[in-house]
Amino acid sequence: MSYNMTNVLGILFANSHDELLPELSSNRTMASIPFGGRFRLIDFQLSGMVNSGMTTVGVITKSNYQSLLDHIGSARHWDLARSDGGLTILPPYGRVDSGLYTGKLEALMGALGYIKKVPCEYVVVSDCNLVINVDYSKLIETHIGSGADITCVVASGKFTDKETANSVTFEVDETGRIRETVINRARAGEYKMGLNIFIIKKQLLIDLICDLIPRGKYNFDRDVLQAMTDKLNIRAYEYTGYYSRISSLESYYDASMELLDPEKLGKLILKKRPVYTKVRDDAPSKYGLSSSVSNSMVADGCVIDGVVENSILFRGVRVSKGAVVKNCILMQDTVIGKSTEVSNIITDKNVNIGDELCISSAKGSPLYIAKKRTL
Amino acid sequence: MYNKKECVAMLLAGGQGSRLYALTQNVAKPAVPYGGKYRIIDFPLSNCVNSGIDTVGVLTQYQPLVLNDYIGNGQAWNLDRIHGGVHILPPYQSSSGAQWYEGTANAIYQNLSFIDRYDPEYVVILSGDHIYKMDYSDMLRFHKEKDAVCTIAVLNVEYEEASRFGIMSTDENDAITKFVEKPKVPESTLASMGIYIFSYPTLKEYLIENENDKEATKDFGKNIIPALLENKEKLYAYRFEGYWKDVGTIDSLWEANMDLLSPTISLDLYDPTWKIYSNNDSRAPHIIGKHAKIQNSMVTTGCVIDGSVEFSMISGGVTIEEGATVTDSILMPGATVKKGAVVEYSIIGESSVIESGAHIGTRPEDCENRDEWGVAVVGHEVTVSAGATVLPKQIISHNI
Repeated sequence: MSYNMTNVLGILFANSHDELLPELSSNRTMASIPFGGRFRLIDFQLSGMVNSGMTTVGVITKSNYQSLLDHIGSARHWDLARSDGGLTILPPYGRVDSGLYTGKLEALMGALGYIKKVPCEYVVVSDCNLVINVDYSKLIETHIGSGADITCVVASGKFTDKETANSVTFEVDETGRIRETVINRARAGEYKMGLNIFIIKKQLLIDLICDLIPRGKYNFDRDVLQAMTDKLNIRAYEYTGYYSRISSLESYYDASMELLDPEKLGKLILKKRPVYTKVRDDAPSKYGLSSSVSNSMVADGCVIDGVVENSILFRGVRVSKGAVVKNCILMQDTVIGKSTEVSNIITDKNVNIGDELCISSAKGSPLYIAKKRTL
Repeated sequence: MYNKKECVAMLLAGGQGSRLYALTQNVAKPAVPYGGKYRIIDFPLSNCVNSGIDTVGVLTQYQPLVLNDYIGNGQAWNLDRIHGGVHILPPYQSSSGAQWYEGTANAIYQNLSFIDRYDPEYVVILSGDHIYKMDYSDMLRFHKEKDAVCTIAVLNVEYEEASRFGIMSTDENDAITKFVEKPKVPESTLASMGIYIFSYPTLKEYLIENENDKEATKDFGKNIIPALLENKEKLYAYRFEGYWKDVGTIDSLWEANMDLLSPTISLDLYDPTWKIYSNNDSRAPHIIGKHAKIQNSMVTTGCVIDGSVEFSMISGGVTIEEGATVTDSILMPGATVKKGAVVEYSIIGESSVIESGAHIGTRPEDCENRDEWGVAVVGHEVTVSAGATVLPKQIISHNI
């Protein structure tokens, strides 16, 4: 068995599950949702791939991808501005008669020319709603070693009705082969849940696409994983590292707040496997004489003169004198006015909250304030 | 390839900076960390880019590893260009022999062929020792208006300080009539900021002439400028107003960092129209823990702070554990202050570790004899063991 990680193509779906987070994805893709003070969701999977030695990544987009293009730029921040391979954005392939794609297989069909062209033997396909740091070299090694046709990355654990309702759960036999695939059925219990990352030989993926699409089969989970459980050797690879899956505004909030635990943060952003992102050249953050900050994550470029507790402040946030911020996520360049109190809110970029206001929401259901709003 | 540039900048970055002692033991002065996320060289480099100068030669000699690594291909400053960009220029061996850079003028002389490649009309000479924001294009415009051969940026300093600088006397049109390097009895308070613009053909002439003079020390301040004046060339002083600080000593480096925490300081790092670029890392935003207390300080990416921090500059990747106290200090990238340690009026070098209970530096008011007080320094990659003490003014470069 010999392989080289530059032989592995990464395919990321920028828009998958947009509908689960309508607030944050109304103007952007799932991939470009800001997360963790300075990152966007796509940074985690992109960095994981790059840190694993992969040099060719295609990002399939569908709609609202302006913010994604802006974020990626030439992809040099991820070392993916390369003369061969590198990062390629794959927008919908516009034929006059075709609408936007509906399923993953159809989307891959649109990128078939690209997939065929790149000189890679294996493909890693993933969604972007994962906050995760995967070492793909281990995964590829396992995939090749096990002789699997498809390897699905799974996480074991106890899941709620809500969690299983929009995910794929597997029954796996003692050899690691997947025997049953259950899609989007609410069933609380202990399962191996799919993380929507799978590995497949490029040629097999091309064959599947060319075989299924003409027969109107567009859904990868249903038409491949579920329908071909017996026909193909589909195996589970258990991921045991840190991850969160963003599937609602609440889970976005919870996943964000988990980063305040340095131990969890240390498992996500490792010294040897950093998470890369677009840089903005902000100055360091400044804490004023009247500031009081505890249990919070603060990105560069913030100026804090008020009280901040249990919150995440993105780059360039201003908290004015006398303001109190509790349990909030304040995205890039949010301004909180003098003596204003906010709690349990998520402000999108460039939100401006004036002086002497009081905005709060109940714990567990954060209030979202849209981009560029002024209150 | 057509490569012509109107103006090329040459940045003298080879100095040892011996007055920074342990802080420049392994790194050249321009690579010394400043302001939390910057290194000193970010300021002249960013000024170049913001002034529209996209061709910069960086002359290195002393301990260039960190500096070379930091500058890389210049991408962080948008200086990775097809034509021009940033170039590291170390001393080299030639058919006539190998020679270190001996003085500022000699360093430029040895790189005349680099400058010639761009066929420039003007050359800006900069140094990597100062913190300031300045539009060199304004100075160049002044240089052209005056039809000068050489323009020197000057700053009005206090009379008491004047003997530390190169001091100029000027006429009513700001033409320079006299230049004295570090005069004992200064005739004016117009101090050279170490920023020169030369009309290149004349500069080249004088550099070659100076090189042939075996007696000369091959220095701009000591040889080139006096020679220009002697020959009645047109030299002008360009008056600069604003923040400018030489960070060549422990005290001035400490002060320049503390200046950033002052509400009245005129050096605005948050100005989007004149950004100071730096080679950003990809660490997570910093985490302020449940026990932390931070007042009037600056903190940047990758830090985990759970102790008490006041009036301090905290660089990237610093850890301050619960119960540790840091006041009026500079913590350089990657430094760690463990439980119960106290750091006061100190500079802690890169990746150094202050073990629990150690005590670094003292407040001036706690020092019986004020003459014994000064900023304490722990060098780079030094471990100060549990319970150890570093006295004010003490400079530690080995584990204790």
